[in-house]
Amino acid sequence: MDLHFTEAAPAAEEVAAVDRVVSVAANGLKRTYLLPVLHAIQDRVGWISPGALNYASRILEVPPAEAFGVADFYALLSTHPQPPAVAHVCDDIACKIKGADQLCSELEKAHGPEGSSPDGKLTWRRSPCLGTCERAPAALVLVAGERHTEQALASANSEEITATLQGRQISQPALSASVPQMGQPGLTLLRRVGQINPESLDEYRAADGFLALRRAFEMGPAAVVREMTESKLVGRGGAAFPCGQKWQSILSAASPRYLVCNADESEPGTFKDRVLMEGDPYALIESMIIAAFATGCEQGYLYIRGECPLARRRLEHAIRDCRAQSLLGTNILGAGVCFDIELRAGAGAYICGEETALLNSIEGKRGEPRNKPPFPTQVGLFGKPTIIQNVETLLNVLPIIMQGGKAFAAIGTERSTGTKLFCLSGHVAKPGVYEVPFGATLRELLDLAGGISGSGKLQAILVGGAAGSFLGPTDLDTQMTFEGTRAAGTALGSAVVMPFDDTVDLREILLCIASFFRDESCGQCVPCRVGTVRQEEILWRLAAGRPLASRATELVMLKEVGQAMRDASICGLGQTASSAIESALSRFPLFRDREIQAEPGGVER
Amino acid sequence: MGGGTSSYREMEETDLILLWGSNARETHPIFFHHLLKGVHNGAKLFVVDPRRTSSAQWAEKWLGLHVGTDIALANAVARKILAAGLENRAFIENATSGFEEFRQHVQKYTLEYAENTCGVPAGLIRELADAYARAGRAQICWTLGITEHHNAVDNVLALINLGLLTGHVGRYGSGLNPLRGQNNVQGGGDMGALPDRLPGFQHVENDELRAKFEQAWGALIPAKRGWHLSGMFDAMERGELKALYVIGENPANSEADAHRTMKLLQSLDILVVQDMLMTKTAEMADVVFPAAAGWCESEGTVTNSERRVQRVRRALPPPPGVRDDIEILCDLARRMGRDLGQPTSQEIWDELRSLSPVHAGMSYARLEAMHGLQWPCYDGSHPGEQYLHGRLWARPVIGPLAPFSCVEQELPVDALDSEFPIRLTTGRRLDSYNTGVQTSRYASPLRHGETLDLSPKDGKKYGFEEGEMVRVVSRRGSVVAPVRFDPGLRAGLAFMTLHFPDQVATNELTIDAVDPKSGTSEFKATAVRIEKAGQAKPVPATV
Amino acid sequence: MSTQSAPDPKIPVPRGPLPILPQSRPARMVEITIDGKPVSVPQGSTLLDAARSIGIDTPTLCFLESLTPVNVCRICVVEVEGMRALVPACSRQAEPGMVVKTDSERVQLSRRLVLELLASSVDVSTAPQLQEYMRRYSARPERFGEPATPAAEGERDAAQPGHHQPPETGAATVAQPVKIDNKLYVRDYGKCILCYKCVEACGVDAQNTFAIAVAGRGFEVRISTEYNTPLTNSACVYCGNCIGVCPTGALMFRSEYEMRQSGTWDESKQTHTDTICPYCGVGCTLTVHVQDEKIVKVTSPLDQEITEGHLCIKGRFGWEWVNQKK
Repeated sequence: MDLHFTEAAPAAEEVAAVDRVVSVAANGLKRTYLLPVLHAIQDRVGWISPGALNYASRILEVPPAEAFGVADFYALLSTHPQPPAVAHVCDDIACKIKGADQLCSELEKAHGPEGSSPDGKLTWRRSPCLGTCERAPAALVLVAGERHTEQALASANSEEITATLQGRQISQPALSASVPQMGQPGLTLLRRVGQINPESLDEYRAADGFLALRRAFEMGPAAVVREMTESKLVGRGGAAFPCGQKWQSILSAASPRYLVCNADESEPGTFKDRVLMEGDPYALIESMIIAAFATGCEQGYLYIRGECPLARRRLEHAIRDCRAQSLLGTNILGAGVCFDIELRAGAGAYICGEETALLNSIEGKRGEPRNKPPFPTQVGLFGKPTIIQNVETLLNVLPIIMQGGKAFAAIGTERSTGTKLFCLSGHVAKPGVYEVPFGATLRELLDLAGGISGSGKLQAILVGGAAGSFLGPTDLDTQMTFEGTRAAGTALGSAVVMPFDDTVDLREILLCIASFFRDESCGQCVPCRVGTVRQEEILWRLAAGRPLASRATELVMLKEVGQAMRDASICGLGQTASSAIESALSRFPLFRDREIQAEPGGVER
Repeated sequence: MGGGTSSYREMEETDLILLWGSNARETHPIFFHHLLKGVHNGAKLFVVDPRRTSSAQWAEKWLGLHVGTDIALANAVARKILAAGLENRAFIENATSGFEEFRQHVQKYTLEYAENTCGVPAGLIRELADAYARAGRAQICWTLGITEHHNAVDNVLALINLGLLTGHVGRYGSGLNPLRGQNNVQGGGDMGALPDRLPGFQHVENDELRAKFEQAWGALIPAKRGWHLSGMFDAMERGELKALYVIGENPANSEADAHRTMKLLQSLDILVVQDMLMTKTAEMADVVFPAAAGWCESEGTVTNSERRVQRVRRALPPPPGVRDDIEILCDLARRMGRDLGQPTSQEIWDELRSLSPVHAGMSYARLEAMHGLQWPCYDGSHPGEQYLHGRLWARPVIGPLAPFSCVEQELPVDALDSEFPIRLTTGRRLDSYNTGVQTSRYASPLRHGETLDLSPKDGKKYGFEEGEMVRVVSRRGSVVAPVRFDPGLRAGLAFMTLHFPDQVATNELTIDAVDPKSGTSEFKATAVRIEKAGQAKPVPATV
Repeated sequence: MSTQSAPDPKIPVPRGPLPILPQSRPARMVEITIDGKPVSVPQGSTLLDAARSIGIDTPTLCFLESLTPVNVCRICVVEVEGMRALVPACSRQAEPGMVVKTDSERVQLSRRLVLELLASSVDVSTAPQLQEYMRRYSARPERFGEPATPAAEGERDAAQPGHHQPPETGAATVAQPVKIDNKLYVRDYGKCILCYKCVEACGVDAQNTFAIAVAGRGFEVRISTEYNTPLTNSACVYCGNCIGVCPTGALMFRSEYEMRQSGTWDESKQTHTDTICPYCGVGCTLTVHVQDEKIVKVTSPLDQEITEGHLCIKGRFGWEWVNQKK
């Protein structure tokens, strides 16, 4: 390509940062290393300078305007100079009701307004959900430099955030704080979490590690796919597609094929995959090897959310271990099976959890969803047939292989088989990840988590995250299965269960959700790009009691915008961006019956 | 019949494109769109060019040869194909002549010889030979890098040999294509603006054909071929040519060895120039006929590089006092005693169709409806031929066999020595055209005037700063220009354009060594030396 | 030196056989139903093709025959029985048995909303096609409120993904100052509907120069060079193909922009004449736009196999001398 570059030149440390990534970048598809290279520059100097971008573009043969478009897409990458130390402070739903706004105002007092930096060394900014809702409020502190550090703090306070920004390490609670059922009998997916050292392959082996893999190799690929089909396992990422059917469909496709693990868990209120990866990383690798073996994929990608530094470190360690022990590579377990995994970290974009946006992100493009069809099993990563599964889905492969598909299908209900992880946060006494066989009701889940905290009086429950919907106190007998939630007019989504007590102003929660979607829309299609803006504006006016013409006309506009987003958006983000808001408006008399006083400044954010 | 054998469309559906002596990215940008579609569809692109041009930057492999060593390279590729047994025997036996002689002829063009002569690593030559011969479909496209040499026709024949050797001609997706540098070079040839041809490539020395025209025109036509352009200048020098009528050319700026050109033009008894702008040649003329701009002020046709005859139309009237070429010519004829009437362009075209079989089927109505037609187009139901020479694949072949040509490597006439150690080559830039008569009038943000482009390595060697004014001296003249560094140039190679004759008269340097077969001068190879010239002038950075 | 056993050039080469072109296999036909009517289209046809084949005029904004469909504007959405969401007609292929509605209430609502969302956030004053669609679907963009304060120069270019200011009282827009950084183009991104056409024309669909790309995220998405560097510092080669495909006048030739500013631009007085570019042997068709006996613009027709509407800097701008010699 006859690329053109501006005259901006890279600094020596930027060149070194890029070269380090490129030197390990083995295969010929250069552009797929764009995001890792941009991460390396960001980690080294704290932003993506024009000189560094030019250098990266030249090495990877990417037009600089396109590379800029990629860098400028992700919230954790900055295309403007910024201080090396940045605290990303979550003010999303779960953190908001646990004092995030208070935390932000303390930081503002200590370090100036969001984004400012009086001394040029550190700054802070608000962040969407960091996925540590069980220990809200949460913060992620990134410090760029020769020895760059990433620390997730939860619960976070302003003193610890400041100390971390200044380079201190703050120890974090053990996994038991996230898994209240830890050590209890009857767990399947959470069985090993907290019970073994997640950085010890030996301990994993001693806890039945790689038994399923050996069995799968004995069974052969066709038998593995058959067990998957018989298990009736459906995807846990939100779309609930039958896994056996997906795996079966790729068997006749051309090679090469790819396996992608979607570990970009970003739905507000969701943290189960993070806990699994932090507590049982080898199990995910074992599951991926089995899936790849069954579907004939020789290369896997594990795309993990950029905001999960601990889970990433554990997976990096586990992948290294497995390579060293011939559990990944060209001859796995001496069985002649060839498979390896590349880890890819996201960089702050909720949309990359959408499977086709995730593929684009791996390819070094902007995380914009693709139109479907064609589906990834036909035209996926690098245009090749691709299986994409969520972390929790993949981990179910192990019990299916060990117990057999039929035995697995006997757990749960007819249409929702196996066990399920739920993320309980908000006003529950014991927030955390819970594993139950499918069939439990909402009430049983809340009881398991110690009941409603705060005032003790339940007002509403957000099910499925920001893209989910609200249920009320009368819905507690809803069976939390795919079919049960559908019957209740909602969806299981990413299995978020977030109750609010009666002191919470739901209007604020709705504004928070509207703001989230406006920020996280990729901006590609009109209904979502502008619709999320108009939705937020309408809610803002309603909350402030200053409707344009009348509340009625505002509500009509809100409904129409919602319908257009649901009907005409490219992907699930736009299609669900109005769902929680619409469900709240239909269940609770938020703007209908209650006259709202016009207050200067409207509702506080 | 001379013309590109393939259509642009076929570039999108071929397996290999060999671009030889052509920077189509800048000189034929829209053709390059088609070429890149081919590349995106999986075609391999090889570029042979002394410079690593913007075209070459798209190539899978760039073969950066020394200027004027194309035949050594092509013959070595042919030898390598033969040595590997990759030639297309069936095609060769059915459709070609002179193969055995050719096979023996190229034996001395070993990889080692070519590597030494061309400066291209043997491995690359081997790779090109292998890829070209094994490709299911393959194209060779060339431009002035092949034809602006003293042995231009031999260069072309060397490339044609490769097509014949592998059967990469006469089939969809495979062909041999000169990319025409000017908008109607092909059309001029079509219409008989060649020393030996009547319209439709009918040879003037064929009595039967000539008689057909004489009858139609009611006039006698000289039975012997005329001079080509360089031949005319030689005839001026010999005193045989005393009157010159120049239509739409600017030889005072565009001919090599400008000193000699000017001297000869001044020596004419009468110089008549018909042009749409007051060119440097027009300024010298005894009579100037101001002519309408063919592409937007008059009606007619042109022919492009894929042999497509296309309509040009009058979009606006010419300024007062400016007349259409047809009007001027007919008026002149009347003054000279022959009344041709006042034919419209369509009437003239219809006469042409009645005399030229390959254009016979191209009525104005069909040209309009079909966005142009590709010749040959024999009658009103003929679709026009998307590619030429399908006849070579008929069994037995229709018409004459295609001959292999035994051509020898010859270095450029203007030899390098210790006094003139640098090879200067010339070419175009994206935003400018020829001598800049038209293109200098719009405000191109890309334009930075004439520069002497050098490799950064040479810049360092000679101690030049970018933007510094230097004197470029050849055996014929010298000019002063600012230095610009181009990393696409190898050491020992310099580059200039002919776009800014008023600023830098590059043709004061070039040699008028002419190919006897085509009449083209060796613009591509001048021996120069470069000296410091004093005052510096800033130059914008690399484009 | 060459030796050659050439055939006699004086003898014309006889007429050969007609070229054999790649066989386009007769496509299998797909039967579908559109608005109650049975339609039969070749396999691989889109719903847009199918609707057009029976004379249904489906609105499009980001679609262009010569570019890869990006289906981002969503104005062409239609309803397919059994599909949860509407589907973009421009890229969705017809499948046997599909039952399609192109004018249902859901379709109408989405199309109207797309137009209202665009027109409430973008200056569509030089987008006649879009305005016509607005009339057709009775779009009322003003109901979203008065436009909010326009962005200052560089403000939108400096936006950071994932962060935005709380809404003002007005409706947010992309209004911003016009970018004029060279003598040939004007970029007025306050008129940009983000159809991606310019990026595609600058990229692999035509020019392959990649001077511009989509940057930013969400409502702050924009078309930009790297770091918003001026075009004169970018990879731009001024082919003008981005302008050629722009449906809203956000990208404009400077000559047209200046005539519009001075009030002299008058399309009713303009003639369009197709001719051939004089600047090389490729043979690109130029459509010459003439007003008052002066060339005011040059474009190329989309349906020409050679250019597909695309030109280079010389063909697009090299006509200035014709006006100057008057």
